[in-house]
Amino acid sequence: MISVRGLVTEIRRYPSAIAGLLLILVFLALALYSLLTLPREQAIQLWRGGAVWHDSPRNARPIWYNALPGTNLPQTLVLDSERDPEVKEQREINDDHNEISIVFEFEYDHDGFPPELNLFMRAQYDTRRPFATVRWVTPDERSFSILQGGLEREHTVRIDQLDRLRRELDDLRPSIGLFRDPDSDPDAPEPLHGTYRLEIEGVAFEADSDIEARFVRYGQVHGVAGTDHVRRGIAVALLYGTRPALAFGILAAVGSSVSTLILAAVGAWYRGRLDAILQRLTEVNMVLPLLPILVMVGTLYSRSLWVMLGIVVLFGIFSAGIKTYRAMFLQIRELPYIEAARAYGAGNARIVFRYMIPKVLPTLIPSFVTVIPTFVFLEATLAMLGLGDPVLPTWGKVLEDAYRNGALYHGQYSWVLLPSALLILTGLGFAMFGFALDRIFNPRLRER
Amino acid sequence: MAGASGASGVSGDGTASGRGTGLQVTRYILRRLLAIAATVIVAVYIAVLIANMGGYVDEIRHAQIQERVAAQVAADEELMELPSERRAELMEEMVGREVTRRGLDQAFMIRSFRYLGNALTLNLGRSHEMTSDSGSRLVRLIILERLAPTLLLFATAELGLFGIAVFVALFLSRRYGSKLDRLFVALAPTSAAPSWFYGIFLILIFSALLGWLPFGGMVAAPAPDNPLLYAASVLRHLVLPVSAIIISAVFLAVYSWRTFFLIYSSEDYVELAKAKGLSSTVIERRYILRPTLPTIITSFMLSIIGLWTGAIVLERVFNWPGIGTVTVEAINLYDTPVILGTVIVYAYLLGITVFVLDFLYAVVDPRIKVGLAGERS
Repeated sequence: MISVRGLVTEIRRYPSAIAGLLLILVFLALALYSLLTLPREQAIQLWRGGAVWHDSPRNARPIWYNALPGTNLPQTLVLDSERDPEVKEQREINDDHNEISIVFEFEYDHDGFPPELNLFMRAQYDTRRPFATVRWVTPDERSFSILQGGLEREHTVRIDQLDRLRRELDDLRPSIGLFRDPDSDPDAPEPLHGTYRLEIEGVAFEADSDIEARFVRYGQVHGVAGTDHVRRGIAVALLYGTRPALAFGILAAVGSSVSTLILAAVGAWYRGRLDAILQRLTEVNMVLPLLPILVMVGTLYSRSLWVMLGIVVLFGIFSAGIKTYRAMFLQIRELPYIEAARAYGAGNARIVFRYMIPKVLPTLIPSFVTVIPTFVFLEATLAMLGLGDPVLPTWGKVLEDAYRNGALYHGQYSWVLLPSALLILTGLGFAMFGFALDRIFNPRLRER
Repeated sequence: MAGASGASGVSGDGTASGRGTGLQVTRYILRRLLAIAATVIVAVYIAVLIANMGGYVDEIRHAQIQERVAAQVAADEELMELPSERRAELMEEMVGREVTRRGLDQAFMIRSFRYLGNALTLNLGRSHEMTSDSGSRLVRLIILERLAPTLLLFATAELGLFGIAVFVALFLSRRYGSKLDRLFVALAPTSAAPSWFYGIFLILIFSALLGWLPFGGMVAAPAPDNPLLYAASVLRHLVLPVSAIIISAVFLAVYSWRTFFLIYSSEDYVELAKAKGLSSTVIERRYILRPTLPTIITSFMLSIIGLWTGAIVLERVFNWPGIGTVTVEAINLYDTPVILGTVIVYAYLLGITVFVLDFLYAVVDPRIKVGLAGERS
């Protein structure tokens, strides 16, 4: 056995072991951080999507995309009269007659155009609906009418869907047309930089009637990791996904290698029929196709990650490793110290668990670390087949979404690259560390 | 590389006569064939048991009977003239008779063995939704029609992988410690990722960014009529998926095989061969590769079994019209008979893989020829 201190000095001799260990620590830290900041329920809620993501664009790139030289894509801008009361002015004309004016003013100096513009208005009234006029004023003081009419309680104006406005703008999508420099070619539009205004003039016909407005200019870049096709921030899944990935990988590796080890030891100790049965089961397991069986279980019974984990461990018990361990145990059971233990009257269980298993633990540790990435990727593989956990956001599910929505065809590379990078870095971390441990614990293979 | 011709030379000097050798090998192969057949049967039985825990196989059978009875009734004019309630009653009765006749009301243990027999012959009835390329709804046809593309992809990749890995490993064991050697050692951990993962990157680079190779599929969209052009198109489509499989496994294989070669190349008989002045090619072939081949084949077998798993998703990523794609389509359509069918076909494929490698093992391991090694460790 190698002492802990000896192990540390040994590990320091392998740069790949240090790199691997650092990667593992980074991911453990990330998992801990997500544990503290993003509770499971919240992550599931967020990933279910819907209204939570109203203010984020579809298929946006990560915000750090703008750090690339020569890139200045529009970011998301949210202007809200409730959050920012000074944009709103209220004049009382008489007892039940108010004039409300909201003016949103913002600079636009980006390249390209926003992908979408939305105006969410909320009107408070009893019976008589307030009336509003919304106008868009460009830096060169051209103005376009966005809306003219009565307001619902929840009044959403999807500016890109206003056909009248579109015709007015040379048949360009309004989110392009409204920002276009009028001197630029409509076929290759250029944005006009400067201060834009969105003016909302409302008239309310009741004493307590009021209007609030929220204008969202969606960005081509949004959030730390961009967004997907249903506006969800990918960062949520990437951060939360660390936990299922590590948990699945480590638990599956621990579960299958420890149980394999125990069974191999028991088989080698008792020999005879038990041993023969274990051997045959290993052979059967070799031709049992694990992934198709997981697919079958996923479609017929449950897609929960933990059910999958249970089956992976169950089938992992009789993996090919059992033969290697058995060969080792067959040698060990003939060693003098086992005979000594038997002589002082140690029972079968004591010999197996206290004498035989500890002897091969050093060989177990490297192979156990090396096998973790296989299981991390197995989760992703299941997700790619559409059998990811139904509720949990995982890296594999992000990758699957990206693939299903043709992210590679549409050039949304970050959507594919970010989960892939996390997967491969986790995999590399454990694999590099495990390989180095293998060379330390099994000196036969060590570089001469 | 060192094929069967070298092997017969060895046995000629051995103790056993030529005919005895053949007998030993045949006996070994037959024994392995029986053992593997038995394991496949047990594996399929386990698959059937898992599937029928929720009664899904029963359901498939019942649906089949109902469909047949309905067809029978529809074809019978006399029955069609009866009032609909009476007809429904009659149909129920017929279904019940059929269920008893086929023993579907027997205890599960008895039924399960009949299901096993049906499963082994892929007699899985009809799919819920899917149709085969020729329009049939028989599960057997749906799956077997897609077998050829899967085998083409996989066999090409495996042969390439084996050839490249043995060649590079031998090359590196000669240049132990060189920059290239250390590069391969450093890259070995990349084999942690499955082939589909590399497939995505290959598509990203060679299809999306460079536009050199197709995104997926097996032939160009209107398939060329000329067989030569057709083959060329298939080859073009093969490049990326085959590369993905090879990349995902080659570094680990090279790393571990090179280590075997290194261990064996320090044996005394290799030193002696060197002292005799044999050329390095001869030493590599006869003194290093020969004794390590059985071990290498065993390790290759384990890696192939792992690769089959990744290949299912690889087919989906490349839209390759094989069994993996059938599996994905069946998942999306929730077509349980087809899913059960794919499990069985994959069990067969794994069994055949193991048997083929056992056969190769018998060819390259001289101990089997003289009857020394029955079981491998």
